[in-house]
Amino acid sequence: MSTIASELPGFDPHRLGHRGDGPDPADHGPAPKRIVVGYGFWIFLLSDFVMFSGFFAAYAVLSTSTAGGPSGRDLFDLHNVAIETACLLASSFACGMASIAVEERKALPAQLWLAVTAVLGLAFLILEVKEFLALIAAGNDPQHSAFLSSFFTLVGCHGLHVSAGVLWLLTMMAQLFSKGFAPNLLRRFRCFSLFWHALDIIWVAVFTVVYLIGVTQ
Amino acid sequence: MFGKLSWSAIPLHEPIPLITCMVIVAIIFGTLLLVLLKGWAPYLWKEWITSVDHKRVGVMYFLLGFIMLLRGFSDAIMMRSQLAVAYNAPGYLPPDHYDQIFSAHGTIMIFFVAMPFVIGLMNFVVPLQIGSRDVAFPTLNSVSLWLTASGVLLVNLSLGIGEFSRAGWLAYPPLSELSFSPGVGVDYYLWSLQISGIGTLLSGVNLVTTILKLRAPGMALSRMPVFSWTALASNLLIVAAFPILTATFAMLLLDRYLDFHFFTNELGGNPMMYINLIWAWGHPEVYILILPCFGVFSEVISTFSSKPLFGYRSMVMATMVICVLSFMVWLHHFFTMGAGADVNGFFGIMTMIIAVPTGVKVFNWLFTMYGGRIRFTTPILWAVGFMVTFVIGGITGVLMAVPPADFILHNSLFLIAHFHNVIIGGVVFGAFAGYTYWFPKVFGFKLHEGWGKAAFWFWFFGFYVAFMPLYVLGGMGMTRRMQHYDVAAWKPYLVVAALGAVLILCGIVCHIAQLVVSIRSRHRLADLTGDPWDGRTLEWITTSPPPVFNFAVLPNVKGEEAYWGMKQKALAAGQLAEEPIYEDIEVPRNTPTGFVTAFFSTITGFALIWHIWWLVCLGLLGAFLTFVRFAWRNEDEYRIPASEVARLDRERRRTRSAVIASGSIE
Repeated sequence: MSTIASELPGFDPHRLGHRGDGPDPADHGPAPKRIVVGYGFWIFLLSDFVMFSGFFAAYAVLSTSTAGGPSGRDLFDLHNVAIETACLLASSFACGMASIAVEERKALPAQLWLAVTAVLGLAFLILEVKEFLALIAAGNDPQHSAFLSSFFTLVGCHGLHVSAGVLWLLTMMAQLFSKGFAPNLLRRFRCFSLFWHALDIIWVAVFTVVYLIGVTQ
Repeated sequence: MFGKLSWSAIPLHEPIPLITCMVIVAIIFGTLLLVLLKGWAPYLWKEWITSVDHKRVGVMYFLLGFIMLLRGFSDAIMMRSQLAVAYNAPGYLPPDHYDQIFSAHGTIMIFFVAMPFVIGLMNFVVPLQIGSRDVAFPTLNSVSLWLTASGVLLVNLSLGIGEFSRAGWLAYPPLSELSFSPGVGVDYYLWSLQISGIGTLLSGVNLVTTILKLRAPGMALSRMPVFSWTALASNLLIVAAFPILTATFAMLLLDRYLDFHFFTNELGGNPMMYINLIWAWGHPEVYILILPCFGVFSEVISTFSSKPLFGYRSMVMATMVICVLSFMVWLHHFFTMGAGADVNGFFGIMTMIIAVPTGVKVFNWLFTMYGGRIRFTTPILWAVGFMVTFVIGGITGVLMAVPPADFILHNSLFLIAHFHNVIIGGVVFGAFAGYTYWFPKVFGFKLHEGWGKAAFWFWFFGFYVAFMPLYVLGGMGMTRRMQHYDVAAWKPYLVVAALGAVLILCGIVCHIAQLVVSIRSRHRLADLTGDPWDGRTLEWITTSPPPVFNFAVLPNVKGEEAYWGMKQKALAAGQLAEEPIYEDIEVPRNTPTGFVTAFFSTITGFALIWHIWWLVCLGLLGAFLTFVRFAWRNEDEYRIPASEVARLDRERRRTRSAVIASGSIE
């Protein structure tokens, strides 16, 4: 059988510069499910970061619009925030330990570390709610000024994410208990740990932009 | 118990919405009755509503878009007829109703017509073009579809229960704040777009992952068809832009529900921040819509000119340049804000620069046609109509990118004419080109050519008759969103514009007639080979309609225009490549998760709009339980045995071999 013209190297009758017939790329078709799920979740996390950037932008614009009321300098208590940060970072560490236990398929340590993650997450939430309630009790509620509106929204949105994460975590622990290390659970667990660490990154930004810059302004 | 909801929410004293509602309810109940009496319900439930197949999801998106086109168009023709008669007269639509109509028209046409059209096409075509069996997350895809449908349902509920927003399609504050819009209209707007926006975002995540991680062996990015490239760009924009919309609407909702002060006039609120944020989403959004349509035209023009696309690489480059630049031009929507000469100058220049890659594309399409053996089918008519129309729209756009000119034209009918020029001439023409082009792949028979051409010519001339007068009116000083006027010189133009809307109506009627006629003569129009247009990309290698698994074996891609190369090889050899070894294929199971999630999200949305708090909790709980139920299932895939795959594929190979033996496709 003779070779056809279009198979010859450099065949380009229309001079279009099509070089697609060159050597095959190192591309071996569809990725395995494990990779696809993790990748998709990364893309989702990026979109979540973009959403937070909207709230950060609003906070940056409105942080000086105190309408004659108190500013961050008058309100923020770095001591409380330091404990919150410690809780969240420690909970990420526990999540990392849980990852190791899951990789080794050890159910009991995995459950224990996941429980530690959840408890520390809840501790963070309790501290945050206490901070919010104290502010509201002192009359500095979000209805008071644009600055307070944007503060409560930005920090509260992070808090909502942590709450959703805790709910997800508890559901996953129940599933791990009843079904063991199923492949889909392993994939979900990887997504959860990405989510939990991503919330830390957001918190670092909140801590810096809201609290640290807030008290120095 | 029922929050703000009471019997007074039903518009008993307004005949137009009341009668419309009764007709819609009658149509819905009639359809349901027909479905039940004919015994179609189990089929619809098993094969469509619970389907997670990207092809079915794509078809349902497109259908949703078409039904909403009818709704959005009826708003349009009401506005045009109102203005044709409202010279020194109140017309037949009171201002209160008229304001709801233009707000609903814009909202529906962008979010529930253009978006479903574009996402539907991408859903159907992208996995086939890149040689994949499905999207990355099939169940999530179904969730996206039904969340969009949930948003559609809420918008349309506002017709009969309560009212819709009167604050324009982007609900600018402070008008959209509680103090100026105390009714539920803005809440309908916000919650329906929040819910459908989540659907769109998830669909964007899904398609980006699909394109970047699930391409067939050898399908390098440098070989990917241009439609898939534009789909990638569009979905990247969705992932980057829609979260901004979610955040912005969340802030406005907090203002309205909890008395926050993001965008109010009091206590430090900043309404201009809303305008900035919403357009940081809004400008990328127009490219989310138009880029896939550019992709459709690239495929259509290359196929029907029987030539490879001219300047493939520059086409890809232009697409990605537009993708990046689209985030740097948002301020041109409000030059009149008063940001100063430097800021306006920067955004004016950026806006002019973004016209360059678009110009590159137009020349590429022209050079693709140059010297080609062009077949003037319906899809290429849409493509040529697009090139002429879109260039005019582009020129008026660049004109308005000059800030001093924009100070005169801002919010005039010139602007209205401009964006309809690019959205009808670009997105709508593109959606119809894609619809006609891929219809045989979807259903296994072509659409009737005569009715298709009639639809094109009505739409084409209808567009010019309806919108060219608006350019003139804009120059004469007529602003947008007017319910009546007292300038005698405007009237003739507005009457002509109304006639144009009637021509477009004829175009829509032709579409419906085309569909009916084509279904009736489907045996004559049948596409038996799977390659009715002598296509060049991978979707034409499989049967029409494709099997649930798309490809019996994943295609091994060599070079650009993967299918064209294989076809030429087979034609030269006089036979198909050797039969491959078939293996079992795992296919995702259908699941009602998407439908049930949307059911609960509709309930939650409705309860939030009417402040029925216990129902909000119930709806959220239902959505969470649905999620847990989905997470708990054991079997998420089923297996199609190799023997069945082989049987189906051998059938395909038999028809193909016969065609190849006869010497040419078609």
